[in-house]
Amino acid sequence: MPENTSTTVEESAVPVATAAGGAVKGTKKDKPERVASMWSDARRDLMRNWVFLVSAVLILALLVIAAFPGLFTSGDPYAKGFCDLSNSVVPPTGAHWFGFDVQGCDIYTRTIYGTRNSIIVGVLTSVLTTLVGCVLGMVAGLRGGWLDVLVSRFTEVWFAIPTMLGGLLVLAMLGTGNVVTVSLIMAVLGWPQLFRIMRGSVITNKQNDYVMAARALGAGGWRIAMRHILPNALAPVIVVSTINLGVYISAEAAFSYLGIGVQSPNISWGLMISDGQDRFLSAPHMVLFPSLFLSITVLAFIMLGEAVRDALDPKLR
Amino acid sequence: MTTIDKKTSASGATSATGAPLLEVRDLHVEFHTRDGVAKAINGVSYSVEAGETLAVLGESGSGKSVTAQAIMGILDMPPGRIPKGEILFHGEDMLTMSAEERRKIRGRRIAMIFQDALSALNPVLSVGYQLGEMYRVHLGLSRKEAKARAIELMDRVKIPAAAARVNDYPHQFSGGMRQRIMIAMAMALEPDLIIADEPTTALDVTVQAQVMDLLAELQREENMGLILITHDLGVVADVADKIAVMYAGRIVEQSPIHELYKRPAHPYTRGLLDSIPRLDQKGQELYAIKGLPPNLMKIPPGCAFNPRCPKARDICRTEVPALVPVTEQDGGELPGRGSACHFWKETIHG
Repeated sequence: MPENTSTTVEESAVPVATAAGGAVKGTKKDKPERVASMWSDARRDLMRNWVFLVSAVLILALLVIAAFPGLFTSGDPYAKGFCDLSNSVVPPTGAHWFGFDVQGCDIYTRTIYGTRNSIIVGVLTSVLTTLVGCVLGMVAGLRGGWLDVLVSRFTEVWFAIPTMLGGLLVLAMLGTGNVVTVSLIMAVLGWPQLFRIMRGSVITNKQNDYVMAARALGAGGWRIAMRHILPNALAPVIVVSTINLGVYISAEAAFSYLGIGVQSPNISWGLMISDGQDRFLSAPHMVLFPSLFLSITVLAFIMLGEAVRDALDPKLR
Repeated sequence: MTTIDKKTSASGATSATGAPLLEVRDLHVEFHTRDGVAKAINGVSYSVEAGETLAVLGESGSGKSVTAQAIMGILDMPPGRIPKGEILFHGEDMLTMSAEERRKIRGRRIAMIFQDALSALNPVLSVGYQLGEMYRVHLGLSRKEAKARAIELMDRVKIPAAAARVNDYPHQFSGGMRQRIMIAMAMALEPDLIIADEPTTALDVTVQAQVMDLLAELQREENMGLILITHDLGVVADVADKIAVMYAGRIVEQSPIHELYKRPAHPYTRGLLDSIPRLDQKGQELYAIKGLPPNLMKIPPGCAFNPRCPKARDICRTEVPALVPVTEQDGGELPGRGSACHFWKETIHG
């Protein structure tokens, strides 16, 4: 009998673990008989990788914070009377762990509420650059010829515009930035990088023997592109995109820091760091806590990127 | 669609009455590059019957692989171009078929085995998936059925513990096992013809023999035609029925396999045979054909082999020798033999 109980415990433990993994990856299908595919094997591999687990837990937590900031703090930074000037620059206390800023606003609440903007900018920019870069890179790499020349030369011209300076210029022209404009501008300036990676990757992969072998065994053009070239070409793109996600979040912080990104009264980590910099020496907590959140977020996405890269390469298994 | 079906069935009927399984007639292939036109194939003709093995022998750049790619219809065009020639499969010219008709023949009726199985298998897909893909693409089977058939195939090519290894990736197999998987993929739909492009070159010698034996055994069982492309005279001796020797995009000699080893009728073939190391020559210097294979953009006038040929005379530098039937000294017929040498008589009869 004791043996029986232990089996049931184990059995129940397994689905729980897979359910958590499914939620993170957004796919969840467990068949009794395992049918090998690149993605299912990559998922199994990820579940055993602590780098992935740590980053996934962190990102999951950040996503929940971004979606429901009210769960983590009772204060509402947008409410009247939230800030009390008599608390100006008060360092961390037992009731207010992160202390107060110049205006006497609770830094913890503001940091929590700032998460949403940072995450949205990162995810939106990454998704947009990846989509545009991948589609164009795939078309240019597969078609080749004049189309490739046309798109590539255009991209090279575009590539010459530095993201930070170009963003500065456009945002300064617009005057006020918000989450969407900042994301759009960074995406418009940032996709050439993904395009070049994807195009190069597609060209390398389409010359591989297995592509010719697939043709020799009767696979059609669409199948070869989607089944044989795309999965092999995508790995470097995914890695760069996840790493970029962190970069875009810090870029948004930089824009806000320079006063042209997200504008007060909206909250973003970059804005908070910018506000606190004048008194960094006397009151470091004003810069420290939003910076800490920013660093952890960027780190989590970079770790995720590396874990995904390792999982997508079967040779590293 | 109906007309195609009729045509195919009609040609199937003619093949029963005598048209060879595959016949290549006066095939020319050239590549247009920035530096000029490379004439890779300059009038190749050969044929294969069901159940027959044709070895195509030649060094790198002789056009043996390009011929195979032209037959498969996987030449990159452009830069490749086929200005002239016919490729008759069951009596029907494949070069005039639509892309879709040809795609349906590939894999199902003519399949190909590549030299390096590690690079010819997709690294991110399991071998079971790739084997099953044959059934899913061509027969529309479900994933599960396709997997079951993949295991059967792996059993058939004698991969131990097939059911346990079906989800493994190409890099997890040894070179010989990978080549067996390539063979299994080619065999999957029981094609009429298999083209094996140097199937054992990437393997060590003991494994080479096993893979060749397997290929020969499967060919016998299925009564398939087999075109075996190689640069190694040793590999083909036991398996092939006849042989075609290629040089600079032409067939310079063709012969039933054992005849060729006994009495070559072309100086190039003689040179190849003399450059095989032999035990009784131990301690002596190994013979090598002097010079280099010709640049396909500047094939020498006359016989392409003349700059390297020990017997070359004036006529060899001006006139391209045709592939003529080779006979005995007394004029007796030597079936299946041909040589493209002005002086084949003195080459074969000494």
